[in-house]
Amino acid sequence: MAGLHKSELTNPVIKWIDTRMPVFTMMQKEYGTFPTPKNFNYFWNFGALAMINLMIMIVTGIFLAMNYQPNTAMAFDSVQRIMRDVNFGWLLRYVHQNGASMFFIVVYIHIFRGLYYGSYKYPRELLWMIGVVLLILMMATAFMGYVLPWGQMSYWGATVITNLFSAFPIVGEPIVTWLWGGFSVDNPTLNRFFSLHYLLPFVIVGVTFLHVAALHITGSNNPLGIDVKSPQDTLPFHPYYTIKDSVGMCVYLMIFAALVFFAPNLLGDPNNFIPANPLQTPADIVPEWYFLPFYAILRSVPNKLGGVCMMFGSLLVLFVLPWLDTSPVRSARFRPIYRQLIWLWVLSAVALGVVGAHPPSGIWVAIGRVATAYYFLHFLVILPVLGKLERPLPLPESISRPVIGGGGGPMPSGATAKPMEKA
Amino acid sequence: MADHSTTVPAVPAGTGHAHGTAGKRDFLKLVAGAGAAIGIGAIAWPMIDSMNPSADVLALSSVEVDLTPITAGMGITVVWRGKPIFVRHRTPAEIKSAEDVPLAQLIEPQPDSQRVKPGHAQWIVLIGICTHLGCIPLGNKPSDPRGDWGGWFCPCHGSQYDTSGRVRHGPAPLNLFLPPYAFMSDTRVKIG
Repeated sequence: MAGLHKSELTNPVIKWIDTRMPVFTMMQKEYGTFPTPKNFNYFWNFGALAMINLMIMIVTGIFLAMNYQPNTAMAFDSVQRIMRDVNFGWLLRYVHQNGASMFFIVVYIHIFRGLYYGSYKYPRELLWMIGVVLLILMMATAFMGYVLPWGQMSYWGATVITNLFSAFPIVGEPIVTWLWGGFSVDNPTLNRFFSLHYLLPFVIVGVTFLHVAALHITGSNNPLGIDVKSPQDTLPFHPYYTIKDSVGMCVYLMIFAALVFFAPNLLGDPNNFIPANPLQTPADIVPEWYFLPFYAILRSVPNKLGGVCMMFGSLLVLFVLPWLDTSPVRSARFRPIYRQLIWLWVLSAVALGVVGAHPPSGIWVAIGRVATAYYFLHFLVILPVLGKLERPLPLPESISRPVIGGGGGPMPSGATAKPMEKA
Repeated sequence: MADHSTTVPAVPAGTGHAHGTAGKRDFLKLVAGAGAAIGIGAIAWPMIDSMNPSADVLALSSVEVDLTPITAGMGITVVWRGKPIFVRHRTPAEIKSAEDVPLAQLIEPQPDSQRVKPGHAQWIVLIGICTHLGCIPLGNKPSDPRGDWGGWFCPCHGSQYDTSGRVRHGPAPLNLFLPPYAFMSDTRVKIG
């Protein structure tokens, strides 16, 4: 290991550091000149938005933790104290609480982008799988965070979700007791949930780093789903996509602010304003909206173990998606049948969300079962078969020439006309 | 601007316009930078302010003390904002010794009359924290060591205070601080 980095930076102080630890060169390479497909649409904002959302959650969470008491006797009151007595505590909590919802909105759109434009396909399978790990980590973090205010929904949500593991034969009960640290959800459970709720976001930061590292090896997918063929197909990340991401960020922050300042409890459940009572379950118990589709799958199966397996399976199936989809064409733009069926899958997921919000009786049971069936059918049957049967539209020659014989969408003038000087 | 638009990406940040005058791009950069700085400040302030004393902490910032049980020569310690407050009932001899000392002998000269409320010279109310390094001096109870000047004695580094709470022997540099307080009646005092 020898040899200092030959820094090309001019500022003497930065150059001195960069020679010994080339972080500035790395940032310039990965976020400055990084060659990025020039045809991104606004769906490509959501990775950056998720990163911003993660930072908002961590920063507000750190300040909330300075005032939160992870003890069953004090947790609920300490949250009320944050709302009433701590300076700007209401703002910190409402940003954190609604930030969880915003995070799932952003990430679900990000995942939809991947599904629609085939971002999970070769060579981005590992990138996609790391993303599924991130989703599962996020769900665990959100679940444990929801327990902390120690309201009725916190308590009964924790009870129901931890009891999922009791469905497994033999090991189920010992696992649940181990998760609780006792024989019901109680103080030990709250303490460990707080500890893990503080830890997991930093694990997410680490896995996000891997997600981005993998992305920067394969490069980004794009709305055409075809590979970058020449420097003419790309733009440097800065300033083109830093600016495009900033536009999306402004819209995102406006929606976020509208939620925080005008309807902070819109997505919450009134039952969580009642302190946890281990002796009384609320009349209708529902999870937060972002878990509703999975909750609906759980309830659609009339068998305890079956429901739990289907629910976990609905996430785990995403891991093998790159191998279930047999079509070599990435973007749905060139897959006339997939392009319609993906919306049917979205419809099934949304329907499951609506079903999850209603009591499991009458028509909702039937809708829930049909939607569950389609959710799995799409991944396990339709995608493997469709790849063989579907006849894709002709793919464009390159990103710069999206349609043979004609100009594509709006391109920066000069970008196609002359070669760009870049790394 | 049109003749420069194609060269804009090649112009490094901060070099200004090709004609050597501030251009539209410099203006946009400054406005965007200022907007971002104001935004970050506005976001940071609620976080910083959340670490300041909260409303419930501020609500505890005054205590009332009943003076009737405190006999002459004795002192008590009450808690105000998490700090010990000495309330001592001075004997006539202690008052006289505090009033008669020449100011020139003091480390931080201050007459006793400035350290008590007019008409209540028998009551001295002090923040019971040594001005050296924050220990709590002994001397409220008559059985405590009170030092050579009959006031308080700090066990940590040997600082001594007189019956007015003025430092008479180092290493403490300053007199004991006075909390804000007022007499609500002859037998009741409100601190804070």
